[in-house]
Amino acid sequence: MDVIVWSRIQFAMTAAYHWLFVPLTLGLALVMAVMETIYVIKKDDFWKKTAQYWMKLFAINFAVGIATGIILEFEFGTNWSNYSWFVGDMFGAPLAIEGILAFFMEATFFAVMFFGWDRVSKRFHLVSTWLTGIGATISAFWILVANGWMQNPVGTTFNPETVRSEMASAQAFWEVVSNPVAISKFFHAITSGWVTGGVFVVGISCWYLLKKRQRKFARASILIGSIVGIVGSFAVMLSGDASGVHAAEFQPMKLAAAEGLQDGGRRAAFTIVPGIKIPGMLSILATHDIDGFVPGINDILNGYTDNEGNEIPSVAEKMAMGREALVALSIYRSTDDPSEKAEARYALEENVQYMGYGHLEKPEDVIPPVGVVFWAFRFMIGLGMLLLLELLVIGWLAWKDKLAGKRWLMIAAIVCIPLVYICGQAGWIVAEVGRQPWTIQGLLPVNVAISSLSAGAVKTTFFVFLAIFTLFLVIEIRILIGAIKKGPETPNE
Amino acid sequence: MSDIFLQNYWWFLIALLGGLLVFLMFVQGANLHLGNRTLSDLQKRMILNSTGRKWELTFTTLVTFGGAFFASFPLFYSTSFGGAYWVWVLILLSFVFQAVSYEFQNKKENLIGSKAFRVFLMINAILAPLLIGTAVGTFFTGSDFTVNKVAITDPAAPVISTWGNGWHGLEALVNYHALLLGCSLMFLTSILGALYILNNVDDNAIQAQMRRTVKMSLVPFLAFFLSWLLILLVRPGFAADEDGIISMEKFKYLHNFLQMPAVLVMFLLGVLLVLWGIFKGAFQQSRSGIWPAGIGTVLVVMAVFFIAGYNGTAYYPSCTDLQSSLTIRNSSSSQFTLQVMFWVSLLIPFVVAYIAYAWHQMDRKKITPEEIADTKHKY
Repeated sequence: MDVIVWSRIQFAMTAAYHWLFVPLTLGLALVMAVMETIYVIKKDDFWKKTAQYWMKLFAINFAVGIATGIILEFEFGTNWSNYSWFVGDMFGAPLAIEGILAFFMEATFFAVMFFGWDRVSKRFHLVSTWLTGIGATISAFWILVANGWMQNPVGTTFNPETVRSEMASAQAFWEVVSNPVAISKFFHAITSGWVTGGVFVVGISCWYLLKKRQRKFARASILIGSIVGIVGSFAVMLSGDASGVHAAEFQPMKLAAAEGLQDGGRRAAFTIVPGIKIPGMLSILATHDIDGFVPGINDILNGYTDNEGNEIPSVAEKMAMGREALVALSIYRSTDDPSEKAEARYALEENVQYMGYGHLEKPEDVIPPVGVVFWAFRFMIGLGMLLLLELLVIGWLAWKDKLAGKRWLMIAAIVCIPLVYICGQAGWIVAEVGRQPWTIQGLLPVNVAISSLSAGAVKTTFFVFLAIFTLFLVIEIRILIGAIKKGPETPNE
Repeated sequence: MSDIFLQNYWWFLIALLGGLLVFLMFVQGANLHLGNRTLSDLQKRMILNSTGRKWELTFTTLVTFGGAFFASFPLFYSTSFGGAYWVWVLILLSFVFQAVSYEFQNKKENLIGSKAFRVFLMINAILAPLLIGTAVGTFFTGSDFTVNKVAITDPAAPVISTWGNGWHGLEALVNYHALLLGCSLMFLTSILGALYILNNVDDNAIQAQMRRTVKMSLVPFLAFFLSWLLILLVRPGFAADEDGIISMEKFKYLHNFLQMPAVLVMFLLGVLLVLWGIFKGAFQQSRSGIWPAGIGTVLVVMAVFFIAGYNGTAYYPSCTDLQSSLTIRNSSSSQFTLQVMFWVSLLIPFVVAYIAYAWHQMDRKKITPEEIADTKHKY
């Protein structure tokens, strides 16, 4: 395998590991902040100890999230050198804002939250707990603004003087920040974190009920966890619906791959699993109109007319225009003749929106791995529905105090903990594998985004990171299990 | 706001973040004592819990330093990180181990034993300042890379910034001038760490040990730092003219000091403050040496960044192709992006204020053996 493949595998592995730890951070942050708020309002020590218990698990998980996060940030530079120059003008700003606004907030108030119980006032501590979660959420917003721009590069123009995409006005910055893809991604990611937190809390609490330990603590935690998880699930569905519409509009190939749709059309059917389809459903989901046209893989390869009546060129035509753009850029950068320069600039501007296609070898290169995206999409949706059902049933029974004796349900809640992680990973596989071969949609394919490294160097670091992250994961799970077995300090009622 | 003002402003902020990062690396310096055989396990635990409440600030400053470099000078980010691959990977690995070592080391389920995690913290304590200092040292010695923006139009070799050798940055470790800065930084963080523990931990034996450490680190620190400085002042530097053409200039960095007297004053003041902090910690009974030494460190590091980048100087020079050298003019983000970030950066004083407030609240109670015994949440 070459350096491009190893760079992709390394980045995918780092991102996948990072996303094992981040959603629990986002979800538990909300759960424990709600619990501590109840403690401050009710002045009941039970809620303090309940919040402290979940904070302990939060802290174990938080450390590994930080460790994987720093590698992810710097891999943009180490492994994707061209990419980091090409996007630096746009991507750097959200990253810097993330650092200044979010990271310091998280780091400072995490320390207060964890060590400050006997050092700061009750209210200051509560504010610190909320700010830790808010810091993590702000952090996610800015990184998803950057990710959203990669999926739908709005608000920037290509500057041939600097050979990169640049923002040029306040309106452009606003377009980047309010990019609909970024907004739906943000809500989808954050609220999926709430689902993870909710399912985790409910699952662990059910284990205590199974063991007939800490019943009061477990019921209270199930109530808070299931509410957070249910609210998160509905928000995930709403933002997921928006993501589907955005994929149809800005990344139709991703949607076609997720559906395994070779030939599209109006009243397109949604495939539940191969052989079982709902007529017209895909058109409704993708365009909110049963008569909406959804292009399939072949339509995109060969060109089609979209729902606004625009003629979308075939990939071969886009490749030809992309190559013209690259030739024009090369001439523009090398000539000193003003008229030749002006001519090259004109040719570049005419074709720049397809510049990335100029780097492709053949039209089929724009097709992502269909099988992977198709099944990941189904795992995501299927597991998401199952988890919502679990939270609704267990939350309702806990509310009515009728969980006792429902042994199979409690076992199911524990089984749901790994399932929520599979669900989250499947979602990111749809989002990121589905947009291949692009690091920036239409502008920069992965084969041009790389650093000048040998495959051996990246292969070595891949295995080193894999070994370290796996070791950390195993240790974290062992420590979490130890802490869970030990249990909270609430009275064993 | 002009492009030049914004580029200078962002180089100032990079310098400030660099200064704060070096100051906050007292965490690394203090962690060196986790292997000190003269200290008991409880005393090591006190040190661990003292740095354990600050390590995230150091870590966050490193991340923000990287993010700010990416945002304001992306060509440096793409050239140095993609090129000096192994150096950055080693630095990151040492920080990755640090990130989990606090939380994991005293948990019985940690699989590899608490000693292993203490070793990880000590490796980070040595490697982080040594490698970061050496990497910054190459700002004055140059590195083996070329930058060719037209390359992106060539499907066969599209990478804009390419490194000239297979060592990918490790070659800096045999560049004696760059390495001198790395060694200086390692001993400086050791001094800062000892001064910090002196201030933060109430234990007579630990305090006596910290004063000894300051004295023992002083001589190698001065030897390495003064050697680095002397060579810097007499070596040729990478000058950029108004058209961005790079050429070698004799005594360039000496000229930079002399042509920017404010930077010279800042540098000398910083050195004096560091020495005063050391004197207070090593030779007086004071526990507040960390403050002058810390402020002095920030000033010195900022001055070093200023002479690397201001006054028509290439801050990331290429030995292979002089014209590929990076200056704050040719490697920056666009004027608009720098301007957006300028407005965001005005929040920095607010961020510093709440960190200082939270820090003050947390440090009102010093770390004592009783506190370690009584506190539920500890490392």
